[in-house]
Amino acid sequence: GVEDRFSILYFQKNGISNGTLYKKTFIEHFEQAPMYVAVLTFLGFGVGTVFGYLRDFMRAWGLEKRNVATEREQQKDFVPLYQDFENFYTRNLYMRIRDNWNRPICSVPGPQFDLMERVTDDYNWTFRFTGRTIKNVINMGSYNYLGFAETDVNALKTVTIELQKYGTGICSTRQEMGTLDKHIELEKLVANFLGVEDAMVFGMGFATNSMNIPALVGKGCLILSDELNHTSLVLGARLSGATIRIFKHNNMQSLEKLLRDAIIYGQPRSRRAWRKIIILVEGIYSMEGSIVRLPEIVSLKKKYKAYLYLDEAHSIGAVGATGRGVVEYFGMSPDDVDVLMGTFTKSFGAAGGYIAGRKDLVDFLRTHSHSAVYATSMCPPVAEQIIRAMKCLMGLDGTTQGLQRVRQLGKNTRYFRRRLHEMGFIIYGNDDSPVVPLLLYMPGKIGAFARRMLEKNIGVVVVGFPATPITESRARFCVSAAHTREMLNTVLNALDELGDFLQLKYSRYSKSSHPELYEETRLELED
Amino acid sequence: MAAAGAGQQWVLVEMVQAFYEAPAYHLILEGILILWIIRLLFSKTYKLQERSDLTLKEKEELIEEWQPEPLVPPVPKDHPALNYNIVSGPPTHIITVNGKECINFASFNFLGLLDNEKVKSAAQASLKKYGVGTCGPRGFYGTFDVHLELEERLAKFMRTEEAIIYSYGFATIASAIPAYSKRGDIVFVDEAACFAIQKGLQASRSNIKLFKHNDMADLERLLKEQETEDQKNPRKARVTRRFMVVEGLYMNTGDICPLPELIKLKYKYKVRIFLEESLSFGVLGEHGRGITEHFGINRLSGQGYCFSASLPPLLAAAAIEALNIMEDNPDIFQTLRAKCERIHKALQGISGLKVVGESFSPALHLQLEESSGSRENDVKLLKRVVDYCMNSGIALTQARYLEKEEKCLPPPSIRVVITVEQTEQELDKAASLLKEAAQSVLN
Repeated sequence: GVEDRFSILYFQKNGISNGTLYKKTFIEHFEQAPMYVAVLTFLGFGVGTVFGYLRDFMRAWGLEKRNVATEREQQKDFVPLYQDFENFYTRNLYMRIRDNWNRPICSVPGPQFDLMERVTDDYNWTFRFTGRTIKNVINMGSYNYLGFAETDVNALKTVTIELQKYGTGICSTRQEMGTLDKHIELEKLVANFLGVEDAMVFGMGFATNSMNIPALVGKGCLILSDELNHTSLVLGARLSGATIRIFKHNNMQSLEKLLRDAIIYGQPRSRRAWRKIIILVEGIYSMEGSIVRLPEIVSLKKKYKAYLYLDEAHSIGAVGATGRGVVEYFGMSPDDVDVLMGTFTKSFGAAGGYIAGRKDLVDFLRTHSHSAVYATSMCPPVAEQIIRAMKCLMGLDGTTQGLQRVRQLGKNTRYFRRRLHEMGFIIYGNDDSPVVPLLLYMPGKIGAFARRMLEKNIGVVVVGFPATPITESRARFCVSAAHTREMLNTVLNALDELGDFLQLKYSRYSKSSHPELYEETRLELED
Repeated sequence: MAAAGAGQQWVLVEMVQAFYEAPAYHLILEGILILWIIRLLFSKTYKLQERSDLTLKEKEELIEEWQPEPLVPPVPKDHPALNYNIVSGPPTHIITVNGKECINFASFNFLGLLDNEKVKSAAQASLKKYGVGTCGPRGFYGTFDVHLELEERLAKFMRTEEAIIYSYGFATIASAIPAYSKRGDIVFVDEAACFAIQKGLQASRSNIKLFKHNDMADLERLLKEQETEDQKNPRKARVTRRFMVVEGLYMNTGDICPLPELIKLKYKYKVRIFLEESLSFGVLGEHGRGITEHFGINRLSGQGYCFSASLPPLLAAAAIEALNIMEDNPDIFQTLRAKCERIHKALQGISGLKVVGESFSPALHLQLEESSGSRENDVKLLKRVVDYCMNSGIALTQARYLEKEEKCLPPPSIRVVITVEQTEQELDKAASLLKEAAQSVLN
């Protein structure tokens, strides 16, 4: 109780006392639940495991039907693809609540969407579609921050034209015959948008990380990666062959210690100096909702001469006064970051990724990136969607629609988070982050939460182990600029009801019990 | 209660008695040991790594002095990849490269579906309904009914139980391999495997054994060696999975893998086959099913599948339409094959260039018969041949590789791609132009 109260004040204090680095207050919450919650969570997993063993036993002895994919007759004596114990978790725990993931939809993933109704006759081993659609489910799960996932004919006019002109494919790589005039146009626009010299675009966001980090660093280099970095960053770091060291999530002391030790002691055993040191961080961490402490990282990197690789997959378009990401959010210059990376999937409603920075960096990637040599380039209609979304954001289409979307997202985010805090849920992350994780903790509540929200016609995303620590299962909401106040209120009312029913209101700092803690933040929120 | 108390007392008396009866040296030894333990508990722990002789000032100096390499090494201005070809408009049969209209012999548009009206209208319909992006990975509302439909159609077309689709061609094999093959497993892979396979293998951290390209004897030798290893340690062998990775139609050499022999080896040595068919799908076989083989597919794992946004629905709809076209017009495969054979024959006998690839392969390589000695010069020579052809209206490209990253770097070559849309005159024109170019540049 005492411990986490201190951490909230610490973060508030941090924002104000480091006034020289932070131009606005930086408020993040990571409240810890009471002890009994952790105990009950482990108990829940324990019960699940015991039942899992029981069912495995029954299946092995033929008392229960085996539904797992089995080998073909001719391959019966091959080494099995999956050892039994590797799949224990999948078979016995995940399978029970599997219906909450991979839910197919049949409409545009806007603020509301249509789900295909799915039923299971054998406890989630197989599904069948009833043919009915659940219409107008409020979408709190898709990454549609600025609402560009739309089917409005006027909005998609240019995309339709380009699709007709160019078709859907490229059939070649960037270095062979796959560089179209559309790519050049898009790259110039991205560079202009971010305020850097040059940019390069790739067909897939995940691959942007996994194929370019190996091109930038290799053996003899050091990668300092945040604890909670995305799989694509981890894969790219591993494929590069450099040494990887992890620092605690968003913890500047941990990072500084690693930097100092790296420079002072050099490479392990040989004591040679490191060729270069690169820090991998994300703009917004999608599982925590936290925003990177960019000003402090930049001052550290300048002091120790390291390089900074910023992955803005979730933050580009979503934060910042004009949607230009965390660099703008903290009032810094894009020259402070060496490699600006981001994706177009989330805020721009398209697909693909980019890397931007100085011209020599981008030229190097044009020649040495794995993607430029071996992977097909981005297809033209998708490129056009990004162009029109970016022009809208920059105001180049003659309207202020872009700015309105960014502002609406900010308003929606702050409103949503404030109401959830008031109700007494434990929410992680920064007050300005549109990704809102709501902690559920217990495994039984994961399934119950998602299913009951669907009954109320709201689609949510729930995540558990192994994507999150075992005791911290959560539901993750993605606020969108396209959500209206009514939609948000519907969701909030449903959450209120469900929170009481499932006893999810773990927070000890709800507004009702501690009004004085919220007095000062109130002033920030009304705008 | 009283009995317990009496029992405790009795034990205590025993202890005191033992103390008095023990020999002196025993007591002294125990006393010394106890004192030693107390000393160890209270002494300061020291870390082996920390050099306690570095003062704070020295540390600051080290930090001050250290200079990293520049983030990226400078790239020469005349690097071929910086002066890339820019295509204006769609890369269809007639392509406008660097402002000049040419016949396209460089894009992998084998069945000519890039410009197909039906494919485009299917994509348009999907665009109207779904917008462009999916805004999420497959697990979180990124699964659309078009994805499920495409997967069903693919499974039916390829005559397998199930299929899954990825949103990026490179990521498909690069994610699928590490999903099945983990650290400790053994993978036998052909030398000429493409870069995506190499990256997949690197990510899987398994033991890689390369065998010479299409050399079944070499592969059998490696398999036999593995078998003798297994007999030494049968317990480990029971849990080590074995895989073989081959391509249907090799991108780097244009020939096919001998699948029947591979299947024989598979059952003999109990190895599973991974077949990469990016070039052979829609090309080989009577109905374009490629070189097929059954494979059980798991939908849950595979990093590029779980953690990445799904394929935009308009592309999925276009793919479904393409499959429809392939199923409705099975004679295009025969037509394509005939064209391949025609140009393969026509390109034989060009002095200075040799054709690499099977006669029915729609992606050929033209390599220099005699290398000049340095790769750079070879590349320059081939560039002149390509430029000659481009100036006369045939678009070609050199095959590009990451020279420092490939395990077995193929020699420089010109890539020739045959599509079903090229007419016979155009094929003949291309062949004769290449002859002329080779004459003027290489002789």
